Amino acid sequence: MLKYLETVDAPALSVIKPSRRGFLAGSAAFMLGVYATRGEAFPKWPTGGEQMPHGLRDDPLIFVSIDSDGTVTLVAHRSEMGTGSRTSLPMIMADEMEADWDRVKIVQAEGDEPKYGNQDTDGSRSLRHHIQAARKIGGSVRHMMQAAAAQEWGVDAGEVTVTNHAARHGDKMMDFGDLAEAAMALPVPTHEEIAYKSEDEFRYVGKGEVQIYDLHDITTGKAVYGADVSLPGMKYAVAVRPPVVGGKVVSFDASEALAMPGVVGVYELPHSIPPAKFAPLGGVAVVADTTWAALQARDQIKIEWDDGPHGDYSSGPFMEEMKATALDKGKVLRKQGDPDAAFANAARTFGQTYTQDHMAHIPMEPPVALANYTADGLEIWAPVQSPYAARTDTAAALGLDPEQVRVNVTLLGGGFGRKSKADYVTEAALLSREVGAPVRMQWTRDDDVRHCFYHTTSAERIEVALDDAGKVTGWRHNSVAPSILSTFAPDGGHQFMIENGMGHVDMPFAIPNVSVENGQAFAHTRIGWFRAVSNVPRAWAIGSFVGDLAAELGKDQREMWLELIGAPRQVDPAAEGYPEDFWNYGEVYDEFPIDTGRLAHVLNVAADAIGYGKALPEGEGIGLAVHRSFVSYVACAAHVKVVDGKITVPEMHMAIDCGFAANPERIRSQIEGATVMGMTVALHSSITFENGAPQQHNYNDYDVVRSDNFPGKVITHIVPHGFDTHATGVGEPGVPPVAPAIANGLFVATGQRKRALPFGETV
Amino acid sequence: MTRLTVNGESMELDADPLMPLLWALRDVLTLPGTKYGCGIGLCGACTVHVDGKAERACLVRLSEVEGKSVTTIEGLDPNGDHRVQQAWRDLNVPQCGFCQSGQIMQAAALLAENPKPSDDEILASMAGNVCRCGCYQRIVEAVRLASTGS
Repeated sequence: MLKYLETVDAPALSVIKPSRRGFLAGSAAFMLGVYATRGEAFPKWPTGGEQMPHGLRDDPLIFVSIDSDGTVTLVAHRSEMGTGSRTSLPMIMADEMEADWDRVKIVQAEGDEPKYGNQDTDGSRSLRHHIQAARKIGGSVRHMMQAAAAQEWGVDAGEVTVTNHAARHGDKMMDFGDLAEAAMALPVPTHEEIAYKSEDEFRYVGKGEVQIYDLHDITTGKAVYGADVSLPGMKYAVAVRPPVVGGKVVSFDASEALAMPGVVGVYELPHSIPPAKFAPLGGVAVVADTTWAALQARDQIKIEWDDGPHGDYSSGPFMEEMKATALDKGKVLRKQGDPDAAFANAARTFGQTYTQDHMAHIPMEPPVALANYTADGLEIWAPVQSPYAARTDTAAALGLDPEQVRVNVTLLGGGFGRKSKADYVTEAALLSREVGAPVRMQWTRDDDVRHCFYHTTSAERIEVALDDAGKVTGWRHNSVAPSILSTFAPDGGHQFMIENGMGHVDMPFAIPNVSVENGQAFAHTRIGWFRAVSNVPRAWAIGSFVGDLAAELGKDQREMWLELIGAPRQVDPAAEGYPEDFWNYGEVYDEFPIDTGRLAHVLNVAADAIGYGKALPEGEGIGLAVHRSFVSYVACAAHVKVVDGKITVPEMHMAIDCGFAANPERIRSQIEGATVMGMTVALHSSITFENGAPQQHNYNDYDVVRSDNFPGKVITHIVPHGFDTHATGVGEPGVPPVAPAIANGLFVATGQRKRALPFGETV
Repeated sequence: MTRLTVNGESMELDADPLMPLLWALRDVLTLPGTKYGCGIGLCGACTVHVDGKAERACLVRLSEVEGKSVTTIEGLDPNGDHRVQQAWRDLNVPQCGFCQSGQIMQAAALLAENPKPSDDEILASMAGNVCRCGCYQRIVEAVRLASTGS
């Protein structure tokens, strides 16, 4: 059984090369289990989880071990970066199992998707995809306990009840610890054989009373993050990377650095040529006895760079170019009705352009990884969102078989999409091989800000055709932004179906004539995904446009939203001209349709809760926005108040409809956090490029919302649902509606309309 | 050689006196509870107490703590039950948790100096500690809880 980070102080490398025989045997056993349940499992709950690489695993023999003292050890296979999934999924297993949470231990899986199923922790998928597998795992063990006790007592299994960590029959009782050996040797029941708990039988699920597993360790400094793992003989590395993506070292002089005390060596890192997926950028690394020695030596390295093809990338001209492109017709992604005729016959038209700068994620923990390359293989300890990708990418970079690489996952000090891309892990591995010792590669905050996989920058043009009565008869939205795809493949200058599906082609308003377009823009840096991804600029544009249009037509903001959303309907994508490759967050559409009734409902919940319409003093206003993303619906009602020229948000109500709410307490914490990140997006987040290089470095010029001006009094309203409504995304969908709600509130408060993100803290 | 006390233990450290206390704690003393977040004193993740006052360990040179007493999150309370730590747990403050050592040390120093801070004093005192997950609402409530018991 793997122990979460118990290898930290005394690393045991005995498992670095898993036995192939053991692996295959486990795999075969698993396949039998899958064939018994696949396709029929939870007929009401099919999700896109099966379609993810390596799919879902629901075999209790992989995820559960029980000691003779009754300690139930559960495997968390998704990375913990603050959403709470490391607690919530095991909590669901424990509840279905009837395990006592106080006797549960959680261990973190290493990166091994063939064994654990998909581990790629992003896309707000952990609970959405794995909740039913967790129930199957727990329910299986409960039945195995029941059957083992029935055998022991010579009674029918149906007469044995399993509650609170024990099997019971009459006045007989056996603890899980006493039953474990016999129970875990029994056949794993099929899905059809399991009597699952009903909602009212849950003790932990849906209650929000279980605290996160690492809470005590976090508050006492004992929680282990990426830079907290040490090995004997470990060396410390930092690097200087090419200022411009695609650039490379021409020559370097490390003589002064090498003469400094504590310096082990200076090494050139192999540079990558875009598109390079998550390969390291290259540059020069210094390895030393302490981080401090490495940092000092790094400053003394003199490097001559070749900037490569992107040395003239500058944000100002690039933005002007994108805005001009957005005014033209783009590649049509969705055509509904006859938009050309609607605009030609309009009584009038109205259009605006909304922009966003690049953003960096800056998780509190900058990228960091420890690698130990030995003759036996490579072992990694790192905060990674996708440990299996880190394993296979690093194996490929070093010419190793993935079987020779083990990736141990620490807690992540934030991720937000940055830690899906494990370039820092590969750097550590390359250096460990070079140095012949364990190496911790530490990125500084400057490195993190200047060598990110940036959120794209965009210009979003929205125009509407209006009839004599001011009713919207046509909609045209041209989104222009460099694509994430450019990080993976030669850049065609167009966004792809995943980006198109994030609030663009799925624009949910009831408008008869629609043209959704994508104009060309090429990437000149590494574009990655940032919490909520393309939903951020789309919700910003559409949400702000609704406010703009309401003002233009002299209508109330809330009425404008509800008029555009229209009567409750399930959107018929084919009838509304959606593209055939419409991406619905990887979910089967009929299971997770766009339901405008749910969209309008969360808007009304948030608006009612904040008292929308109440009289406010001058300089104050309430802004509204609502957005569907990650198949959840979130509305934001923001009370904006300008105090001495500073934009403040004294009160904010968030309403989320995420289907069945397995852990309401962590849903609330995610939504509270999303309001802070959303306000940071609105006011602060801007990475700009000059001559190919990002101009920001650290919190001095890339600041975030702090405790002296954050959305005060955030109240989260969770729309209640039973088990008949799919659990949907939580980690990301809180962010998109926040910036447009603040901008709409600011407009009400001041009459000033902001159309460029970020718009700064002062007016 | 720097003589100092760390978490109640007197010691002599054989390290570059110009080394920031942060790296001395982490790399030399293997006390990883104090976190690196920015290196320029703008995020607060490395907050420790030097003679009882909150300091950013990334800005304090080892030579500057000669003869002084340093307390890190590991030494705040022998059982991890300082009232600030308890309040943090009572209100489920952390998300990813990385900044929380610094937040807790900042809050503990504030309350040691000013046991009943006003809301504005709490907000101002905590403004140097960034939480990218955005736990500020609960952080402020937890400081208040630790201060007033409610």
